[in-house]
Amino acid sequence: MGRIPVSYLINRLITFMLTVFIAATLIWIIPRLSPVDPVDVMLGRMAAGGGSIENSDAILTQLRQSFGLDQPMIVQYLLYLKNTLTFDFGLSTASFPTPVASLIGNALPWTLGLMFISLIVTFIIGNLLGALMVWENTPKIWKVAIPSAMVFTAIPPLLSGLLLMYVFATQLRWFPLTGAYGLNVEPGWDWDFIVSVLHHGFLPALSIVIVTFGFWALGMRGLMITVQGEDYSVLAKAKGLRPRYILYRYMIRNAILPQVTAFALQIGGLVAGQVLVERIFAYPGMGKLLYDAILDQDFPVIQGVSFVIILMTALAVFLVDLIYPLIDPRIRHEM
Amino acid sequence: MQTGAAAPETAAPDTAGLTKAQLRRMRRFDNPWRNPKLITGVSILLGIIALGLLGRLFWDMDLVFTGSGMPRQAPVGIENIRGQVGTLAHPLGTDVSGKDILALLIVGAPNSLYVGVLASVIGMSLGIFLGFTAGFVGGRTDDVIRVSSDVMITIPPLLILVVFQAAYGDITLTMMAMLIACFVWQSPTRLIRAQVLSMRESGYVQMARLSGASTGHIMFREMLPNLVPYLFGSFIANVTTSIVTAVGLEVLGLGPQRVPTLGRVIYDAINSGALIQNMWWWWGIPTILLALMFVGLLLINLGLDEVSNPRLRRL
Repeated sequence: MGRIPVSYLINRLITFMLTVFIAATLIWIIPRLSPVDPVDVMLGRMAAGGGSIENSDAILTQLRQSFGLDQPMIVQYLLYLKNTLTFDFGLSTASFPTPVASLIGNALPWTLGLMFISLIVTFIIGNLLGALMVWENTPKIWKVAIPSAMVFTAIPPLLSGLLLMYVFATQLRWFPLTGAYGLNVEPGWDWDFIVSVLHHGFLPALSIVIVTFGFWALGMRGLMITVQGEDYSVLAKAKGLRPRYILYRYMIRNAILPQVTAFALQIGGLVAGQVLVERIFAYPGMGKLLYDAILDQDFPVIQGVSFVIILMTALAVFLVDLIYPLIDPRIRHEM
Repeated sequence: MQTGAAAPETAAPDTAGLTKAQLRRMRRFDNPWRNPKLITGVSILLGIIALGLLGRLFWDMDLVFTGSGMPRQAPVGIENIRGQVGTLAHPLGTDVSGKDILALLIVGAPNSLYVGVLASVIGMSLGIFLGFTAGFVGGRTDDVIRVSSDVMITIPPLLILVVFQAAYGDITLTMMAMLIACFVWQSPTRLIRAQVLSMRESGYVQMARLSGASTGHIMFREMLPNLVPYLFGSFIANVTTSIVTAVGLEVLGLGPQRVPTLGRVIYDAINSGALIQNMWWWWGIPTILLALMFVGLLLINLGLDEVSNPRLRRL
């Protein structure tokens, strides 16, 4: 493993920091461009919502403070940046006075777990199917079946989630409708809980996998077509190596590396898709937190969740950018 | 000179021994724009547009309002939970407040397409402009455009729009489309920049430059036509992204509050427990219509891929 050029590192780091900075700034500036005072709008809606507003004075002060309406703009902005970058998003107005950061802290593991599992499964399945579409020894039936399955790629996970939910949760009753674990189990590292979590997580994960594998399969197909024409593939075949060996060791190994960079383009869409999947399955991750916050007009939570999700996305892209030159030596020549 | 005279003869295909059907097939394969994926995709979308346009002529649009029919009616010929059989008065049933599902689809589907296409057109125009500028001008300008598209491509539009909506309250369809447009210019910008950089050194551009063509002429008359398949592909992909974002907002209960949209129908259905009450027509029909729309757009994109990348055609 050689070294990554410093200029490349600095370049990626600057992009990452700029992304976080711009996201934070947008989240700060948008409510301020609003022609109406967001605090008034929110209080009005909270009152119209019929709920009695307890602690309304405290909430009002907290809201005004979180918008920093009592200080000059530049001070407000710098304070906000400092708070945001230290994950201090203020207090939730809906479940006053819980800090937003602790709400996010509870939701984040569920979101990350679901995302990690569905991402790995979809990456493996998608790339394998994409490779099989090009490989000459693939059975005929697969060559017809895989492109047909690709039609699902078009559908956002929200819609596939609704359809899967209907078939497997309300009609067949194989899987639970909502939630992340059963009401009859205590959270903890025991067998019952883990089984319950897997059982509840299956449909949300499936609804993401079923519509995202096609993205990888399509990319893989294009790369495999290129690899297939390379001299080393022809040589491997001429040497009389087993087709399966050529597929895994010669073709997929070379084609899969550029696929890693596709993460960078895909991850934003994935995150947004998962937010919506969590919302329909009432999965207790960031998506549900965001949805509940929208219902309750809980602006600090909306800001906090949005910022953390964007931060996660930017971090993922940054990490892919860092890892990529390490695993693909070819790319280092171009930098 | 003999070889020169012979060349046109060999170039013209020998059509004497071929049947009419074979000829037609040959012509079809000669024209990459007429591949089955593209045709199917375009047909699906035209079907949805036709539903939106013709539906207005043949169906009463006032049925989108609350209480225009019996609530919880099932589609025609199907029994609902209370044993009432759906009638032709509401062929696709009604929701919990008596809104006619067919009328909601007729109004909602074109709204989704409108947001998608408008956002994509604005994003595309921005992308073409910035991409060409970055590729041609280079230097500092290029750096700024490249870095800002790198930055913006990472930020999921849905989240910024959620913040926006939460602060502003109600929003119109056009406004939503313009907001989404702020997040779909990056990929065309990158695409065009890369193409312009590689084309700039190619023979025909050099030739045009040598013959004294202006930069504008080279950009729009020489290079742009070669980018058309890519631009179409990028445009369709952006329409999909825009509609997905718009539907996402609507399903979160944001988006336009006074105009019926497909996402809004799904939002109402989920919130009223349509899944548990087995009112599948309420959420299911808009879901399938949206899914069809996305499948149509994907097929168009795959078809366009075959136009711009001949290597895919044999598959």
